[in-house]
Amino acid sequence: MIKVENLTKIFGAKRAVDGVSFAVERGEVLGFLGPNGAGKSTTMRMLTGFLPPSGGTVTVGGYDVAEHPIPAKKLIGYLPESAPCYTDMTVHGFLSFAAEIRGLRGDAKKAAINRVVELCFLETVLHQNVDTLSKGYRHRTCFAQSIIHDPDILVLDEPTDGLDPNQKNEIRQLIRKMGEKKAIIFSTHILEEVDAACTRAIIIDRGVIVANGTPEALRRKSEWAGAVTLRILGLSASAVQEKLSQLRVAKKVTAEANGNQVVATVFPRTAGDGDLTREVIAATNGWQIVELRTEEGRLDEVFYNITMPDTRN
Amino acid sequence: MNSFGNIKTIAKRELLAYFTSPVAYVFIVIFLLLNGFFTFMVSRFFESGQASLSGSFFMWHPWFYLFLVPAVGMRLWADERRVGTLELLLTMPIAPWEAIVGKFIASWLFLGLALLLTFPVVWTVNYLGSPDNGVIFAAYVGSWLMAGAYLAVSCITSAITRSQVVSFIISVVACLFLILAGFPPVINLLQNLAHNWQWLVDTITSFSVITHFEGFQKGVLDSRDIIFFLSVIGFSLFATSVILRTHRTS
Repeated sequence: MIKVENLTKIFGAKRAVDGVSFAVERGEVLGFLGPNGAGKSTTMRMLTGFLPPSGGTVTVGGYDVAEHPIPAKKLIGYLPESAPCYTDMTVHGFLSFAAEIRGLRGDAKKAAINRVVELCFLETVLHQNVDTLSKGYRHRTCFAQSIIHDPDILVLDEPTDGLDPNQKNEIRQLIRKMGEKKAIIFSTHILEEVDAACTRAIIIDRGVIVANGTPEALRRKSEWAGAVTLRILGLSASAVQEKLSQLRVAKKVTAEANGNQVVATVFPRTAGDGDLTREVIAATNGWQIVELRTEEGRLDEVFYNITMPDTRN
Repeated sequence: MNSFGNIKTIAKRELLAYFTSPVAYVFIVIFLLLNGFFTFMVSRFFESGQASLSGSFFMWHPWFYLFLVPAVGMRLWADERRVGTLELLLTMPIAPWEAIVGKFIASWLFLGLALLLTFPVVWTVNYLGSPDNGVIFAAYVGSWLMAGAYLAVSCITSAITRSQVVSFIISVVACLFLILAGFPPVINLLQNLAHNWQWLVDTITSFSVITHFEGFQKGVLDSRDIIFFLSVIGFSLFATSVILRTHRTS
């Protein structure tokens, strides 16, 4: 549904987006991750036809956005960063405008407004002026306008920004549910959201894609992937460290005393090594183990390792 | 959906927004008070003993509009950019020119409404004497066209900046030029400075709204005057579209 090829945007001397290519199909939810200023919003603005690219193409539902902007824009619902709304009108007036500009009239318009009001929990503020709304409500109002025409493609720039934890959860579930039938791309810098809503994630840094894969695949890049953490009673930290370090499949072992327990982590030599757990269990036979778990890998660590080396210089 | 439908939707939203904020009411009240004050107190309409509105009522409009029209036009694009709704508007399935025309038409209709609300003056002059209502009608048309020209200039300045205040000041200066280019003291000055280049003086004065509004006040609907105002509007809206596009590409 969305196909981005070699997309580039140059502001003055800065290459804000530099040769980005990816595709999103129906049924996919693509998480767009990256530090602030990495080029996430600029990419989305080019996808939706707000900014013309300096190079490369964006094809949406078969239409080149630069050459056939109107049929392409009809397919897209867009929530811009900071969720702007017309403040000098009521929520109902705003949604009614959004519906009309999308070509909805009469009963179809009424039904569309009712549907999004229910989905975004806007009943209580429907006839309130937008500038009297709290940030969360304003955000949901703008989100509501982006789905009013039930678009095939949704582009959401930080859809959960400024929401409370409950609202965040609702929006994530909504995204995941809608993602079954649509092609969705959303940006975030909250890594839990990748797990909660995405089928695939892209990490972008300084305008370049530095990682692209399912959340599981990304997590496997972490040194924590497949690591085993144990809590042991009745042994000293140094004894635990010594014993576990002898394992051939262990790359690194950490052990720390915590009260009367020792918390130890064994990192695998090859990430995601399933044998490690078995080996650890065999080696610790006879120990008083309170807890043992296999780590899935940490996205934040992957994110840090991929994006930090660049921001340092 | 066709362009007409898009323009109508944009214009409807814009008009609605005028009336949900106090701007519209403040504007109309001030416009009517100014008209009343200048017509009856400054121009001494009653003492003049003439059943005509040209010398007492319409003559002030170029000057009222100088401040009032930029006040209406300043928010058109500056506010869209400041709040970020420009991004929303330009990612909707409409052509940018439809948005520009729609927003312009809404403000122009609003100015037309304010102008129509001066009807008690017409009623008064008809009650007191028997004026030529054809002349009054022509002058109303001229006044509305002139307001449209000012408004289109305000559209440009509003597209240039995020700040409504900056937009207001620049468009007042630009509109002042449109007035002064045909203001007798300025014409005299120009003729003294450039007496060998009469064509230059003529070109400058031909840009003045006052010169083109004069005909309407006499009841003459001259096609050249109508074309002048419409071409100022057309050119300014085109310039607005160029500026909005430049913002996005740079």
